[in-house]
Amino acid sequence: MSTAREAIFRRIRQSLGRTDRGAPPPSSWRAALESDVRPRLDREPVDNFVHKLESVSGTVQRIDSSSSLIDALAEHLDRHRLGTRLSAAEYPVLAGIEWPAEWEIHTGPARGDDRVSVTGAFAGVAETGTVVILSSPESPTTLNFLPDDHIVVLRSEQIVAHLEDVWQRLREHTPGLPRTVNLITGPSRTADVEQTIQLGAHGPRRFHVILIEA
Amino acid sequence: MQRSASAFKQQAELALRDEVLQRALAKAKGGFVDKRRLAVANLPEFETIRTAAKSLKEHTLAHLDFYLEQFEQRVVASGGQVHWAGNAQEACSAVLEILGDQPRQVLKGKSMVSEEISLNAALEAVGHTIVETDLGEYIIQLAKERPSHIIAPAVHKTRDQITDLFHAEHVKYGYTERVTEVKAIVDEARAVLREKFLNADVGITGANFLIAETGSTVIVTNEGNGDLSQILPRVHIVTASIEKVVPTLDDMATLLRLLARSATGQEMTSYNTISTGPRRESDRDGPQEFHVVIVDNGRSEMLGNEFHDMLRCIRCGACMNHCPVYSAIGGHAYGWVYPGPMGSVLTPVMIGLENARDLPTACTLNGRCAEVCPMSIPLPDMLRELRVKEHERKLTGARTRIALQAWAFAARRPMLYQTITRWFTAVLGRFGARNGRFRSLPFASGWTQARDLPAPQGATFQQQWRRHR
Ligand code: SF4
Repeated sequence: MSTAREAIFRRIRQSLGRTDRGAPPPSSWRAALESDVRPRLDREPVDNFVHKLESVSGTVQRIDSSSSLIDALAEHLDRHRLGTRLSAAEYPVLAGIEWPAEWEIHTGPARGDDRVSVTGAFAGVAETGTVVILSSPESPTTLNFLPDDHIVVLRSEQIVAHLEDVWQRLREHTPGLPRTVNLITGPSRTADVEQTIQLGAHGPRRFHVILIEA
Repeated sequence: MQRSASAFKQQAELALRDEVLQRALAKAKGGFVDKRRLAVANLPEFETIRTAAKSLKEHTLAHLDFYLEQFEQRVVASGGQVHWAGNAQEACSAVLEILGDQPRQVLKGKSMVSEEISLNAALEAVGHTIVETDLGEYIIQLAKERPSHIIAPAVHKTRDQITDLFHAEHVKYGYTERVTEVKAIVDEARAVLREKFLNADVGITGANFLIAETGSTVIVTNEGNGDLSQILPRVHIVTASIEKVVPTLDDMATLLRLLARSATGQEMTSYNTISTGPRRESDRDGPQEFHVVIVDNGRSEMLGNEFHDMLRCIRCGACMNHCPVYSAIGGHAYGWVYPGPMGSVLTPVMIGLENARDLPTACTLNGRCAEVCPMSIPLPDMLRELRVKEHERKLTGARTRIALQAWAFAARRPMLYQTITRWFTAVLGRFGARNGRFRSLPFASGWTQARDLPAPQGATFQQQWRRHR
């Protein structure tokens, strides 16, 4: 409805003491308020990432090379008795992987009863222990939310210090954002029943990162 | 129960006598406060970020038309649609039009704007089915209530009440056992709602931020409910108000550092999700349609007026968590959508001072809200401003006005003022000497009903001042 739109813009401009669009903000505006808003990290970025993620009930397993990825996965699946039926993204880090023959691997969007998903990530954020995942045909967003267990494979060189560094990498990566950019920091949780924190509200009950430090 | 902002006093009184509510409030008390304190203490840069956040929000508001147009352009460029709504009714109509004539199964993520425009009622009236998916919102939807807190909507409910509610409402899905443990309660809600997630046509979420740079909407949730609501159905509708726009992703990062810490004491909420347009052509999940309904509802008029600062609010809830009045009566007594200090400002501004005239007075002006507000919003100043307006518009009681006028008359005449206070101090001091306090006083029964008045001892302040100078 263009009339509602016009009325809103008219009122905004009236309140701002203008009748028309006015000059766009000068590009110097940011410099004027610029103070460093990026928190100082207490540790090396990779260590900080691990520390922060673990402090919000995420788990991290650090491995030396991608050749031990399957072992690491098997160990995690085994520890939590998750079986070997996986929904996997086709993120580059997982693309060339040789899955054990007896595992059942499903690609594509997650289904309602999927138990475990394995995805890659675009970046990790040291500041908060956050994993950044972009939607794409190879990495459907449902994989990040429907399964009970979400496992992310991340390379240590993907870890940046701050959120701002992620945006910078994103701007270089693609013009315009993909449909969904997920910033995930630990498993799903709720405190809606008597302020008691309970993990696994609607999304994954467990959030596990396998970190390849090559 | 139908509540209204004009019946604040009665509602507050009922709330104080409601034992179950008092138990729930006692449980919540302190938790938010302690967690926030710790989170802020652990971030040495907090004050720097707070200052930057205020400036960046002020910059955005000063160029609000520019950033909204930029946002709109980018949404359209990424394949989405933008709908503008001047008021609640236009907003509901915009959503209804998107939904079309067929009755739809609608999932909802938490959105205070949708409460503000009474979206659920408008949708249900024409046959759509709404499921609130945030656990707190789901609980109060079952209880047919409204949120009592902007980030913890069911904070007024005890676990026993939730057990009863689930037992009554979930039998029809085959859950016959009473669930009493928190984990079991959450699991049951998860299972019931999972079915609904997989079978819905439309998902409606709010937005914590609109990013002008990219035309994205952003939701911040801990449960992941908002995400499931917006990726599974065919259509994703976002309802957001005009002041949610920020220039760039960097600005959002600045505000995110304040939001979670101020709200729940987390450094980062579990899920922060940036949505841009509908699914891309080769994507294999995600919504096929993406709509953003941008709601004004009185905000454009607040720009630049005495309540302008309120437009910086990022809805963290810290002000209510630190408010002694809110902690004593809970959110429902405030009678409309927004409770606590921010609600006491917003409600009169949005629905009219004459409909909410007790809210600005229900404040002790202790200033804690302004102290903790991450956006440095001077809430007590604005409440004082509203009191002045009430007085000017004669919305206060006749007795209060006469008393204030009498006081003002005396206060402007020092001789008279000193004579009166000296006389009062002497008389009250004499009569009250035995007990040291008064249990009741003529003309002040409203005051002495709930507390004693200490008897004055010795001389007035001015007398003492003169003596000790
Ligand atoms: S007024 Fe300040 S403290 Fe209250 S909800 Fe808004 S931003 Fe938070």
